[in-house]
Amino acid sequence: MDRLRRTMMFVPGNNPGMMADAHIYGPDSIMLDLEDSVTVTEKDTARLLVYNALKSINYGDTEMVVRINPLNTPYGKKDIEAMVKAGVHVIRMPKTETAEEVVEVEREIERVEKELGCVGRTRIMAAIESALGVCNAHAIATASPRMMGIALGAEDYCANLKAQRTPEGDELRLARETIVVAARAAGIDALDTVYSNLNDMETFRREVEFIHRLGFDGKSIINPRQIEVVNEVFTPSPKAIEKALTIIAAIKEAEKKGSGVIAVNGKMVDRPVVIRAERVIELAKASGVLTDADLQ
Amino acid sequence: MELKPAQAGTLESGDIFVRLTPAVKPGINITLDSSVALKFGSQIRNVIEQTLKELGITDATVIATDKGALDCTIRARVTAAAVRATGKDVWAD
Amino acid sequence: MSSIKERAAEIRQQAETLNKDVYAPEKAEGKNPEFRMDLQSKSPKLTTLDEAIRRSGLRDGMTISFHHHFRGGDKVVNMVVDKLAEMGFKDLHLAASSLSDVHAPLIQHIRNGVITSISTSGLRGELANEISRGLMEKPVVFRSHGGRGSAIANGDIHIDVAFLGASSSDPLGNACGYSRSENAKSICGSLGYALPDAQYADKVIILTDDLVAYPNTPNSISERQVDYVVEVDSVGDSSKISAGAIRDSKNPRDILLAQTAAKVVINSGYFNDGFSMQTGTGGASLAVVKYLRQSMIDRGIKASFALGGITAHMVKLHEEGLIDRLIDVQSFDKVAAESLKNDMMHKEVSANEYASADEPGSAVHYLDVVILSALEADTDFNVNVLVGSDGIIRGAIGGHPDTAADSALSVIVCPLVRGRIPCIVDEVTTLITPGNTVDVIVTEYGVAVNPRRPELAERLRNAGINVVDIKSLRDKAQSIVGEASELPFGDKVVGVVMNRDGFVMDVIRNIVD
Repeated sequence: MDRLRRTMMFVPGNNPGMMADAHIYGPDSIMLDLEDSVTVTEKDTARLLVYNALKSINYGDTEMVVRINPLNTPYGKKDIEAMVKAGVHVIRMPKTETAEEVVEVEREIERVEKELGCVGRTRIMAAIESALGVCNAHAIATASPRMMGIALGAEDYCANLKAQRTPEGDELRLARETIVVAARAAGIDALDTVYSNLNDMETFRREVEFIHRLGFDGKSIINPRQIEVVNEVFTPSPKAIEKALTIIAAIKEAEKKGSGVIAVNGKMVDRPVVIRAERVIELAKASGVLTDADLQ
Repeated sequence: MELKPAQAGTLESGDIFVRLTPAVKPGINITLDSSVALKFGSQIRNVIEQTLKELGITDATVIATDKGALDCTIRARVTAAAVRATGKDVWAD
Repeated sequence: MSSIKERAAEIRQQAETLNKDVYAPEKAEGKNPEFRMDLQSKSPKLTTLDEAIRRSGLRDGMTISFHHHFRGGDKVVNMVVDKLAEMGFKDLHLAASSLSDVHAPLIQHIRNGVITSISTSGLRGELANEISRGLMEKPVVFRSHGGRGSAIANGDIHIDVAFLGASSSDPLGNACGYSRSENAKSICGSLGYALPDAQYADKVIILTDDLVAYPNTPNSISERQVDYVVEVDSVGDSSKISAGAIRDSKNPRDILLAQTAAKVVINSGYFNDGFSMQTGTGGASLAVVKYLRQSMIDRGIKASFALGGITAHMVKLHEEGLIDRLIDVQSFDKVAAESLKNDMMHKEVSANEYASADEPGSAVHYLDVVILSALEADTDFNVNVLVGSDGIIRGAIGGHPDTAADSALSVIVCPLVRGRIPCIVDEVTTLITPGNTVDVIVTEYGVAVNPRRPELAERLRNAGINVVDIKSLRDKAQSIVGEASELPFGDKVVGVVMNRDGFVMDVIRNIVD
């Protein structure tokens, strides 16, 4: 885990008012959108808005992601040039279906980075929004060392699949699990799709709990009001934190003694348990429920 | 530089609507209507003029309606209007 | 045994001693056999507006007063001043508890000399615009609600004739801001800001659009304080009471500010069983109540009272048993007005009982937490709620300085920037609430705690709240919006800000275009 990505907040790239202070709500990442939320007649103006916003606005520690238009449109190349020049952290590819597409984007990024003298600065994430994309999930996830994550885009995926969207999300199960597995195999992050009914926070919470159990690192969100729920779900409970702390303490103790086998409360503690405990501690720290002082 | 009439931006809060037309007299002539004119009118004019000059435009008529846009938004909107007016993009084609 | 005749000499002698006449049955008024329902409709107080004005003895140069409980829906000020203009009055001092957008017609009456001076808590709309540009020769005098109450009580404001709109009144002048009749038209709830006027004005004229049978009890204003009762078509539009300053916000930034403010209150050390609270107007400060509610339930904390302008949110908490009593100087919506009418534990108070600095028993002295909004605040924690970023008057002092000064904890909720306007600045445009009475300022970029309250800063920091230096907020605002130009003020004084104790605190100059 290079950083927390519990929430990735979508902000339309043609709305300067929203872009000016999106970070005050504390999303882990902000995704400024040049693709679906921008009409074809405003692609040029949105690109300039996002470019200037990234250059000028101090977004603090927030990870800044821009969703570009596909390279097979007249906008994709210019989007990449503008965003790399603006110093964006991550380029998000929409509707990714093959590893070759990732390579092509990487090539464009590198061309601009060479011009600027900052090769390797920009990372890539890919949204998987079709059956072919799901089939190629692992190839996409491993197509470039710049890859930091893959995400599910449910609407396009379901349309492509001829599936019906339901509140339960049964139709997304295979895609979700595939994406988590592919991401884990590639050692990158898995991000879930958006939930767009802002008036139904209960169903939203259930969906977040579900994808949290599946292993996703975070959720795409469309409104600041959704942040609190996601953070609550992803924040470890006091009980989980206590257990994790006990495990870490036992490990440290064992290392001191030079003992190879660790047991906590009579149970053998193996490597996966330790990894999970470490992740709980990291999440707890990032969520502000555990401080370095608590760890002393 | 040859200009054809062009515009960019919206009248939403935090945005600025910019319309560029060919100059009727030399220099950059700005008509500004801003909700924050008293505090930021001169700053907005400076940003408009500076942005156009950086794009090599020295003569133009600018009509701008500002709804409290930040400087970065003003630069973006003026650049977009200028790109549309000149047909010359700031990004490689 | 002696008869009354035999005692006549002694009666006369005692009458002389007491300097009185001797009772003469033939001179005494006879009994009136009329049915009392008929008789009360002939109450000598009941008259027309013209006649009431004439009989009141109002003369040029005198002071007339009004309350603002109908806020943007008020019809009384315009109706009365139109009439006074028609009757040829000049040079009047208009002392209102506040004025709003709806009072733009006063501009004409100021131009033609009917009104030559104004005192009020606030001004809005076109009237504020014109006054800010120098419409009046004499500056408008601004006072807080508590300050106005004190000024009326101590004679700084002497009201010659009070014109008080009431939602119901009987022919004798027992009046309320609600009505128990079927003909109720305009409901405003509390008449708190009208009560000092009723008590201290030389003459009191009640205007009502619902004349009900005697006795209109329970009453807010007693017949003993009322000289005339005038029936009119309408005193106000109730639907406009909650418009304007009072919004229920869905704006994510307001929600963030409200959540942060609630967190501040909860961790302040004052969020204990029996605490008392008040919220001001403005989306964020009103919304705080929603977030406090859940914590009150979770922790089993109940408030002893909520004070001030009462809203539907507060009524809900009261009805759920989370707030014991409501103390209402002004009802901000119909739900609050209805509750005031029907609930014994929802008490109406006068402006003096609410917020006067002079009265040891005024409710603000027993207020723990107040949450207030602001147009801008400065690095000394001074707050401006009256003059806008364009130098134009666009608000009201309200109870802001009163509650900030007397509460145990004052929390100001204020976005760092609005549009491109910085709200945390080096020095406020106009000083309304002095920084030494402000404890915490909540912005979306962090919470500043007055250095006077280090214990508070520590509690908030320990609770994980992002406590920052106020100067860093000022710097942050400037880095976002850039350096603002100075406002083009002229050299004419158009407003004087009085503090709540009757000192002159600041002046407002005219704005030049």
